[in-house]
Amino acid sequence: MKGASMTREKRKIVNVEFIAQTVFTVCAFFAVMAVVSITLYMIWNGTPAIFQVGIKEILFSSTWKPTAEDPSFGILYVILTSIVGTVMAILIGVPIGLLTAVFLAEVAPKKLVAIVKPAVELLAGIPSVIYGLLGLMILNPLMYKLEQFLFKGSETHQFTGGANLISAVIVLAVMILPTVINISESAMRAVSPQLKAASLALGASHMQTIFKVIIPAAKSGIISAVVLGVGRAIGEAMAISLVSGSSVNAPLPFNSVRFLTTAIVSEMGYASGLHRQVLFTIGLVLFVFIMIINIALSKLLKKGENAND
Amino acid sequence: MTRKTKDKFVLGLIYLAAFFSVVLLIGIIGYVFVKGVSSINWTFLTTVTSALKGTTGIAGNIVNTLYIVILTLLIATPIGIGSAIYLNEYAKPGKIVRLIEFTTETLSGIPSIIFGLFGMVFFGNTLGFGYSILTGSLTLTLMILPLITRNTQEALKTVPDSYRSGAVGMGATKWYMIRTILLPSAMPGILTGIILAIGRIVGESAALLFTAGSGYLLPKAGKGLLNKIMESGGTLTIQLYLSMSKAQYDVAFGIAVVLLVIVLCINFLTKFLAKKLDVNAKA
Repeated sequence: MKGASMTREKRKIVNVEFIAQTVFTVCAFFAVMAVVSITLYMIWNGTPAIFQVGIKEILFSSTWKPTAEDPSFGILYVILTSIVGTVMAILIGVPIGLLTAVFLAEVAPKKLVAIVKPAVELLAGIPSVIYGLLGLMILNPLMYKLEQFLFKGSETHQFTGGANLISAVIVLAVMILPTVINISESAMRAVSPQLKAASLALGASHMQTIFKVIIPAAKSGIISAVVLGVGRAIGEAMAISLVSGSSVNAPLPFNSVRFLTTAIVSEMGYASGLHRQVLFTIGLVLFVFIMIINIALSKLLKKGENAND
Repeated sequence: MTRKTKDKFVLGLIYLAAFFSVVLLIGIIGYVFVKGVSSINWTFLTTVTSALKGTTGIAGNIVNTLYIVILTLLIATPIGIGSAIYLNEYAKPGKIVRLIEFTTETLSGIPSIIFGLFGMVFFGNTLGFGYSILTGSLTLTLMILPLITRNTQEALKTVPDSYRSGAVGMGATKWYMIRTILLPSAMPGILTGIILAIGRIVGESAALLFTAGSGYLLPKAGKGLLNKIMESGGTLTIQLYLSMSKAQYDVAFGIAVVLLVIVLCINFLTKFLAKKLDVNAKA
């Protein structure tokens, strides 16, 4: 009798163990399922318009008139704006971010770290719509003044009221700062202190050590930070959707422009039919960019791990 | 230029860059509070915007935000923790683990507007949930899953192996050990993940615009509280965006103040928990 209940008890335990393991495994595959279904859905919804409009016209034509009687759906300017805007934001954001990271990792006394680090963390937590609101209320009027000054008397320039590429780029540069700072800082902190000591012992100054020894040694981490920054800048939508203006133009500094993301945000609400499908194609283009960035990042991280071994 | 002046110049630049971040933060918070505090009063926080009564209020948006936070966490937390337990306690290193970790990384790199598009088509159209709080929550679940998984994994890694072998050595089964030893020890880390997730949800907008919609009414009492899940509901960020595009800047700055206060509270909470986690790790 006792033996029988023991085995029943045991079987129950084995069952519970099995169920627990199965449930956890299923949970773990959720992320895989999500990525696979997002990829499939983006392709599924993004490709029909390519065939309907023609890949050459959609990707390489710069006329965007989705609601005209004879509509044309060229998204070249939208793609270029995203690329140019992201590159400019990186060019502004990365130097400031990198120097701040140097400050936190190498230069600052503990007391100042205790002020700057929380500030950077808070910057990362501010919702993107608030960045958008501030861009709209502070940057746009400033840009408008600059625009009026620069294009005074110009007859060809279309005045934008300050909602232009530069405003959007500045907002993006500020938004990628926390990412760049945090990741490059931890990369620099991970550099072996022996390297630093050796450089100082050889007579290099602290600054020379930072720029000639520590930053090169932390290279792979810093590149990851830049790549993550690129991902963040190219994917940001709400912060720049009102700041960047509302018409599709070539990505010149004082033009009102549309990014891949802002085109979706501002037109999806009313688009229908082919126009809506083209917006999904824009989403697909963005998705392809992001996947390239992700794969590059995971390769970089792997390389970094191997280098540390 | 001599080396010394050059060094001083670079040092100056470094200080300037660091100074910039701090000034930026103070400037942003200061500007928002100065512009927005005057819109905040009891009516603003407790009523719904109504032309009939002549009130402007964000109570509906606050309730919607709460709904979405709670519903998303209810779905995402168990999955995220389960996934972390699998990766840390069950899985053997190999292709499968690498695949899961790669997709989790990928998921955290996908921009929210893409989640929004996917959520709109998949949860909204294919599954037929339309513009609703449920659609929004399911979409955000995908977005915050990596955050919870990663934080739980980190927390599980800090639990010493001696706890595991001790429990198993005393005859505990694996699940019993996880339930009674690992999860309680990892709790502060898990909580940190959840609170960070709340911050993300509260600040999210692009993923919600086309999934949860922009409804701003309060749910009706009784059964209406449950029905609300299937109705459209705009969060604070969505209302901020809509007010901003309609040039109602007073409302926009009012909401911005509320959002900043929430963000600040969340930041302090995570700091507090991190300190606690640190103490536990040392003990």
